[in-house]
Amino acid sequence: MRSAAKDYETVIGLEVHAQLLTRSKMFCGCPTTFGAAPNSQTCPICQGMPGTLPVINRRAIEFGVRTALAFHCTINPGCRFARKHYYYPDMPKNFQISQYEEPLAEHGWLEVTVDGQERRVGIQRLHLEEDVGKLIHDGPLETARSSLVDFNRSGVPLMETVSEPDIRSPEEAAAYLRAFRAILLYLGVCDGNMEERSLRCDANISLRERGETGFGTKVEIKNMNSFRNVQRALEFEVGRQTEALARGERLVQETRLWDADRGYTRSMRSKEFAHDYRYFPEPDLVPLTMDRARVEEIRAGLPELPADRRQRFMRAYTLPAYDALLLTQSRALADYYEAAVREFARPKIVSNWIMSELLREIPADDEKALAASPVPAKNLAGLLQLIDRGTISGKIAKDVFEKMFRSGEDADTIVTREGLIQVADTGALAAIIEQILAANPKAVLDWKRGKKAAAGALVGHVMKATQGKANPGVVNSLLQEKLSQL
Amino acid sequence: MRGGAGLSVSNPLTESTAHELVEKFRSGAATPSAATRAYLDRITALDPTVRAYITVTRERALAAASAADERWRTGRPKGPIDGVPTAVKDVLCTKGVRTTCGSKILERFVPPYDATVIERLEAAGAVILGKTNMDEFAMGSSTEHSAFFATRNPWDLSRVPGGSSGGSAAAVGADLAAAAIGSDTGGSIRQPGAFTGTVGLKPTYGRVSRYGLVAFASSLDQVGPLTKDVADAALVLRVIAGHDPLDSTSADVPVPDYAAELSRPIAGLRIGVPKEYFVEGMDPEVERAVREAIEVLQRLGATAEPLSLPTTDFALAAYYLIAPAEASSNLARYDGVKYGSRVASAKDLIDMYSKTRAQGFGAEVKRRIMLGTYALSAGYHEAYYAKAQKVRTLVRRDFEAAFSRVDVIVAPTTPNVPFKLGEKEDPLAMYLNDIFTIPVNLAGLPGLSVRCGFSLASLPIGLQFIGRPFDEATLLRAASAYEQATPWRDRRPSLG
Ligand SMILES: [Zn+2]
Repeated sequence: MRSAAKDYETVIGLEVHAQLLTRSKMFCGCPTTFGAAPNSQTCPICQGMPGTLPVINRRAIEFGVRTALAFHCTINPGCRFARKHYYYPDMPKNFQISQYEEPLAEHGWLEVTVDGQERRVGIQRLHLEEDVGKLIHDGPLETARSSLVDFNRSGVPLMETVSEPDIRSPEEAAAYLRAFRAILLYLGVCDGNMEERSLRCDANISLRERGETGFGTKVEIKNMNSFRNVQRALEFEVGRQTEALARGERLVQETRLWDADRGYTRSMRSKEFAHDYRYFPEPDLVPLTMDRARVEEIRAGLPELPADRRQRFMRAYTLPAYDALLLTQSRALADYYEAAVREFARPKIVSNWIMSELLREIPADDEKALAASPVPAKNLAGLLQLIDRGTISGKIAKDVFEKMFRSGEDADTIVTREGLIQVADTGALAAIIEQILAANPKAVLDWKRGKKAAAGALVGHVMKATQGKANPGVVNSLLQEKLSQL
Repeated sequence: MRGGAGLSVSNPLTESTAHELVEKFRSGAATPSAATRAYLDRITALDPTVRAYITVTRERALAAASAADERWRTGRPKGPIDGVPTAVKDVLCTKGVRTTCGSKILERFVPPYDATVIERLEAAGAVILGKTNMDEFAMGSSTEHSAFFATRNPWDLSRVPGGSSGGSAAAVGADLAAAAIGSDTGGSIRQPGAFTGTVGLKPTYGRVSRYGLVAFASSLDQVGPLTKDVADAALVLRVIAGHDPLDSTSADVPVPDYAAELSRPIAGLRIGVPKEYFVEGMDPEVERAVREAIEVLQRLGATAEPLSLPTTDFALAAYYLIAPAEASSNLARYDGVKYGSRVASAKDLIDMYSKTRAQGFGAEVKRRIMLGTYALSAGYHEAYYAKAQKVRTLVRRDFEAAFSRVDVIVAPTTPNVPFKLGEKEDPLAMYLNDIFTIPVNLAGLPGLSVRCGFSLASLPIGLQFIGRPFDEATLLRAASAYEQATPWRDRRPSLG
């Protein structure tokens, strides 16, 4: 007898690789800039030439420590690099210098918010390693007659962070990544660009019956190049595994590739990943001892992180939790907000305008676009001041914002050039109102008979006649005055 | 015409030590060009027999020599070996000059950079004559494992010069270079030093930069000199030693003026004689020569006491796990993708890897890659690699305990005199050659081999000095005192 559909719990762990924004590579002096001509940013060391030796990039270690501290990790008093062996042409030495038994840091956590609920996701370990080069195939890999290799990326510092299997839904996985990325950007250690592969994520996912404490069969998913794809791939995988389990099938431990175009994961031949990495301590590098004083110095120098900034926004600007969370998603956005509030000290109004207008044009986590916004914070504040002073109406201001965004001009310039200044001159308005009343006797009559709503229609006529430039407050009071005199 | 049949190639310049040559340059009795030409002539005449060199860099050597002439003429030498014709083992990268490592897989490899040791030699004015033969990737004790040809022992051409720095040792022993550079992972400088009657010095691990030294076993490899006498070893070490920011394992420890230390007497020096270094099966002629040498040292005022290094017996086994494990990793990069040879007929990537490596590496290299891969693989890592590391720690502790009582340890360099080419086909028999040198590498200590007599068959015998970390000065001082007190230096092989 088959029991009714079982209730499964999703168990997810994420491995994130982040390219560090150091100027030079992990173990040589080559630059790390993106997009240079193939193999132009290489030297004998990052090409794995015979006889070359690695030298640790101190800055990369500092970036690692900084991140580990932000993730509340314990910085190990000593750490060590190890060689991880496998053959692939994008890896010039056929081993990668990574960390194995003695990582830089362990046992941290990251705060994740889903549906307004906060949860801590554990971080197992954080370590540093070198990136590999890039293969360029002459056509599809399967049929390519030749392949070229570009070692520009070979040796770029990578930071790998492995979460505990604490994540319980695809949505939470996406939230983890957003929080993770925000912290890296706040720290300035990674540009967070998933499309350019400076941030990469692999996921481990398994299901278990609710109430179980052991783990089900784990599947690793690779090849997801955006947060959205991570969530989609995991959602697909939850469905696939649930169905398989419901049919009474046994899942196999395997690596599956996400196919974003087709929207499914497919199994990789397990042989391809049956590696014995034969780790052993890198004999060309001496073990690193972490100087406690230096670690404390780095801790003291940490910037305010998203969670702290969110709390401060709620406290200092009395913003609702929702606004504070959204505005602190990226450092650039939070900076933008605070810069605008400095010029225009009505925090909730600034928040509303950013959420409804600015974020319609720029994604909240696009640091570069935010920093280069055609409407800088100062100009947004300028626009809001015009509304505040009654120079323009809120409605017109929305059009002005759009024009500012397209042209990069400030609000004053546009408002003046286009004659959008609100008519608040009672003399001029009184004359217009007289005309409108004369032209709409029915509405006037309705009003007199007690249909007070008729006034709204009359205000609308006035606004129309002034092409929206009339100050609605002034129009309203003048109209009431005239009507009661009639 | 030079070097023709019957023309004598013996020449006071090629018979001079490096420091004697420098004196001649200083006094104007000779020039670097004359010395370099004399060596090049002798190489032309004799190297077809000795086969010490893989590559002779004639034009570069002459150009470098003529620049040195000018510096000496104007009284502004670059350094203590300015103009000295020097040979370099083909394991050190030389910019623009092919560096084969004695392997087919690197037969056409031309490095785009110089090893730090090469830079330092040239900065001191050394004239590089060429690159010398070696066992493939420095794996071997006879130089028979070179992919190109075997090098002969200048004292008996039917015998091996030792290895893996056999080319450098034979070049110095046959007066085909005034001095040479070798590398030593388990005895590869000291054993050929002993076999060719030259002075071979393996410095402390970290004393000399390994940047540009093609790695065999990174935690054991060291670069050092092979020279005609101890004073030359002191001169050359001073030039190549010292911290290098490009090698994180190189030590930031001051480099003393070794030559200045040589004249200090050795009275009161405490010498330890480890009983494990006089084993059953060793050549009695070697044992006798070494025991006599200890008596000479005592006559010079040193005190000798017996001591024990009990882990000696395990050192060879530990070495043959650690060194191959590191080698299997270091040699993974020779895959036909980037440099060196690539087999053209491969049908896919894996096929290219396996064919390139199958054809590019010799049997001994393959043996060690397989041994090392096995020692590191899942399930065996603990039993082999990890255990060998523990033995290594014990070996180091043995020496530390010994050096709390003595200043220097004296022992034979090898258990036997040079053997015949082809005599040791069994790899294990070959490995046993290094039982007295390997523990020194495991412990990272300096070791020096100096000639201490001859067998009845006129084959040289080597005396090994082992010192405390970074105490090469004491080794050089003791070896120099011994060398000065004995007549062995005067004999030279009869090659013409
Ligand atoms: Zn580089």
